[in-house]
Amino acid sequence: NRRAKAQRKTKQVSDDEDDEEDEDEAPRKRGRRKRTKPQDSDQDDEEDKRRVRQKGAKAPRRKAANEERDEESEEDQGKRKKGGRAPSKQEKEDQNKERKGNVKGKDETNKGSEKDKKKKNGKQTSSSEDESEDESDEESMSEGEIAALKEQVEEKKKLIATLRNKPWRMKRRLVLLKEAQEFVEKFEGALGKGRGKKLYAFKVMMTKKLIKFNRDFENFKTACIPWERKIKEVESHFGSSVASYFIFLRWMYGLNLILFGFMFGLVVLPEVLMGLPYGSIPRKTVPRSEQDTAMDFSVLFDFGGYCKYSILFYGYYNNERNIGVLKFRLPLSYLLTGVGIFGYSLMVVIRTMARNANEGGDGGDEGEFTFSWKMFTSWDYLIGNPETADNKYASITTSFKESIVDEKENQKDENIHLQRFLRILANIMILCCLGGSGYLIYFVVKRSQDFAKMDPASLTWFQKNEVEFVMSLLGLVCPPLFETIAELEDYHPRIALKWQLGRIFALFLGNLYTFLFALFDEVNDKLETEQELKNATEWAIHEYNANYSSYYNTMDVPPLVVNPADAVRGPCWETAVGIEFVKLIVSDMQVTFLTILIGDFARAIIVRFLNYCWCWDLEAGFPSYAEFDISGNVLGLIFNQGMIWMGAFYAPGLVGLNVLRLLTSMYFQCWAVMACNVPHERVFKASRSNNFYMGLLLLVLFLSLLPVVYTIMTLPPSFDCGPFSGQDRMYDVVMETITQDLPAFIGTIFTYATNPGLIMPAVLLMVLAIYYLNTVSKGYQQANLDLKKKMKMARDEEKNRRNNKDSTNQVMKDLEDLLPNKSLIPPPTEEEPPHGKSTKMKPGSAGKGVNLQKEVSLAATNPRGPVAHPPRARGGPPGHLRGPLPGPGRGRGRGAPPRT
Amino acid sequence: MGTTASQLSKESLSEYQELTFLTKQEILLAHKRFTELLEKHEKEQIDARVPIGRIITLPELKSNPFKERICQVFSTSEQKDGSLTFEDFLDLLSAFSDSATLEIKSHYAFRIFDFDDDGTLDCADLEKLVNCLTGETNDAKLSSTEMKQLISNILEESDIDKDGTVNLSEFQHVISRSPDFVSSFKIVL
Repeated sequence: NRRAKAQRKTKQVSDDEDDEEDEDEAPRKRGRRKRTKPQDSDQDDEEDKRRVRQKGAKAPRRKAANEERDEESEEDQGKRKKGGRAPSKQEKEDQNKERKGNVKGKDETNKGSEKDKKKKNGKQTSSSEDESEDESDEESMSEGEIAALKEQVEEKKKLIATLRNKPWRMKRRLVLLKEAQEFVEKFEGALGKGRGKKLYAFKVMMTKKLIKFNRDFENFKTACIPWERKIKEVESHFGSSVASYFIFLRWMYGLNLILFGFMFGLVVLPEVLMGLPYGSIPRKTVPRSEQDTAMDFSVLFDFGGYCKYSILFYGYYNNERNIGVLKFRLPLSYLLTGVGIFGYSLMVVIRTMARNANEGGDGGDEGEFTFSWKMFTSWDYLIGNPETADNKYASITTSFKESIVDEKENQKDENIHLQRFLRILANIMILCCLGGSGYLIYFVVKRSQDFAKMDPASLTWFQKNEVEFVMSLLGLVCPPLFETIAELEDYHPRIALKWQLGRIFALFLGNLYTFLFALFDEVNDKLETEQELKNATEWAIHEYNANYSSYYNTMDVPPLVVNPADAVRGPCWETAVGIEFVKLIVSDMQVTFLTILIGDFARAIIVRFLNYCWCWDLEAGFPSYAEFDISGNVLGLIFNQGMIWMGAFYAPGLVGLNVLRLLTSMYFQCWAVMACNVPHERVFKASRSNNFYMGLLLLVLFLSLLPVVYTIMTLPPSFDCGPFSGQDRMYDVVMETITQDLPAFIGTIFTYATNPGLIMPAVLLMVLAIYYLNTVSKGYQQANLDLKKKMKMARDEEKNRRNNKDSTNQVMKDLEDLLPNKSLIPPPTEEEPPHGKSTKMKPGSAGKGVNLQKEVSLAATNPRGPVAHPPRARGGPPGHLRGPLPGPGRGRGRGAPPRT
Repeated sequence: MGTTASQLSKESLSEYQELTFLTKQEILLAHKRFTELLEKHEKEQIDARVPIGRIITLPELKSNPFKERICQVFSTSEQKDGSLTFEDFLDLLSAFSDSATLEIKSHYAFRIFDFDDDGTLDCADLEKLVNCLTGETNDAKLSSTEMKQLISNILEESDIDKDGTVNLSEFQHVISRSPDFVSSFKIVL
């Protein structure tokens, strides 16, 4: 027992930094020590077993103890190791012995099995869970034993699974893992004998395979994530905030790739493979008037010519109901894919948001730990660049100083009237800017419609691309302008950032919607001309028929044969809209890349090389290098995505284009940021703004959903182009399918389902459900708050009980003073341990008893009570009265609570 | 790459995967980086130690103000010299990896901040911590009154039992509320 003692000693001396769980074990430890140690001799083993069996009543507890015994000893070793007090040789020996002992014990048991059986006959209760014993009587295992063993095996497995969550040394975990695995291996074999063995073996094998497969799959998944190293490199240079942009970009790329898969697989590919080839019908042919210039680069660059009559755009698709041998319903697929893209994006965005929100935990109590958080969590461990680290030091220092100053004088008395005036002024100016930019766009779009009516040859390049140019320019100029105006407001930087984001968002949104409204005007114009044209065509055909029949005097008129290139065709507003969007995306891309090239790259080059011959220090002084504008870039990305969502219905090729754009963007921006940007002066962390961006994305998604759904539901599709031509409304395609291709009863169901009488209650039900869930969540929030309060109270109680004999526990003292019969209360200095432990009310101190009970029960709700003392103190008082407490000495009952 | 793969046996690789939060690729990469730090003759030894001086030259740790502490905490060396074996190194990476739990992370963060290894963060620890965070330069340092103010504020917030120190459970309590601790307590090779 010498060693056991020594171990205990080291444990006492060593820091008590492991949780309560080992304190729980401590009282039982001594006995266990004895067991783990010898085991070399057969005799010992047997004795051990007998002892265990005698303690049959305590079996469940002992089992837990057995379970944790190994951990315990390991833990002790770990501690000794850390303290460097015990020689490691001994420790290794110990480990080896232990393992050997286990194995040996198992071998030994075969010999002793007969003896064991005899004993067993007397007592067939399966009370003990000793490993070697179970091993010994494999043949005569009762059901209960098997169950128990299974349970134990399960526990070991669980241990294996959770081992990585323990903050122990690798060596120790390794040993534990090996032991557990060995155990599982052995006993799975043992369990295999008897009934259901094959099934069990099969199950075990399958779980093993499954685990392995899962792990491989995990590995494969991480191997598949692209740009991990690139982002990591950026991360180490610029901190996690800049990296968050690239992670967002990558996420966006993934999303677009999937959307592209939908679009390409369900719409584009079928049309290419099974639809009519180019030139077969008017909508798939370049008109004769345009054929001369159809291959010109300038025309193609504007997405005219061959581009306009290609699968990139809506107009190319045929309205034939089924195509190819597969009878693929292209129009239906087109509509469903167009809507499905929105549905899918919505789902993905919301799911990501929910996951982020879960990870973020409750942000309810911000401000409670401002200083501690600054202290403990402000360092970004990913920073690997000295320059960034210097910036980070500076920013942390400033934030410390700031918060100290804030704390000192919470209210700065500045001229509040001036500040208010300035803020109002700034907002007015920004509103003017927004209005101006909106009007400018409206004006330009109107003008471009006038230009469109003129002869394209007489127009300059600028006149043709005025809209895109102006929109990009506004996007370029306004944000810095806003930033300058925001200087007036003098907000805290974080609030200022939010305002800035909100304003840019408003600008982009305003621009986009103005653009859309202008586009709608155009569409309406086109619809009118189309109507005229349609009437004219019908009239012409009618005339032709009449003439033909009157000329040849027959009713059997052959259809009019016109070369597809010569056919009269409508303006096809859908394609026009699609082209507008594609042009917008392309010009946006150009502007982004040019900004990077000029604003970042050229600036960096000038600063770098002109610095040799300049009056002042360019690098440190005025122009300096550019910083990476996270918020602007993220917003740009979000709006780009919004335009994709809006345009994808009219230009199926747009998604593919966007995938390319994001791909180049990834490489280009990674290069640019590494080559010519400097880390932020105020390095701020990504933290939870991620969900903020996701929220913006959701909003944009919703806003881009509106116009598309509006056009699908209300505008008539063009009569001579696109998959819905000839129909009244685009969604008629669904109706048609339901009535013609599906069984009749489904049609009936659908009719019922669309009945307002049914929809209204459904909506009502949903509203009620939302209301109910909202109430429930509020209730939970309240419960959360209450629990927090309780926890805090428990902590207060606890620290009062522990620290203060009678000085700080003011409330208790006051109460005490109020009590009439003070004499009945034992003097505060005297401590009777049994009383201290008892949760029961004592006669004589009724008022206090109530209080105490509350204390104890509250304390028991808190499993993580702070542990300030080494466990040695626990051993002191006789523990026989500890029974009523939930777990002996859960970290708090050790020093007798003062009875003051 | 072939040589490193052969050095790590398949069993130990799978064991390491079982025991850490790292994936196979990350372990292999870690092994590669670790062997690069070793001297020629040490490469054959299984439990060779890399001294702290060479560990902290890793670009991932180079500009970290806590680099020495990190090595000390994860080292199993008996001389307390902060040298790391490969397993220690894996321990380190696992604790700092993306998928490590808050519990593990906060545990190690506490150990790192506990400069004198006494199991609590007392005033001296906090002061050192502040100095680490504000950098070595003199002008960046906080004045003594500021320091006092800061430390008293921190103790005010997080020292629940008012014993003048922050212990592990108090620390974990504070950390678990922080929105961005998990995302910033990361080191990726």
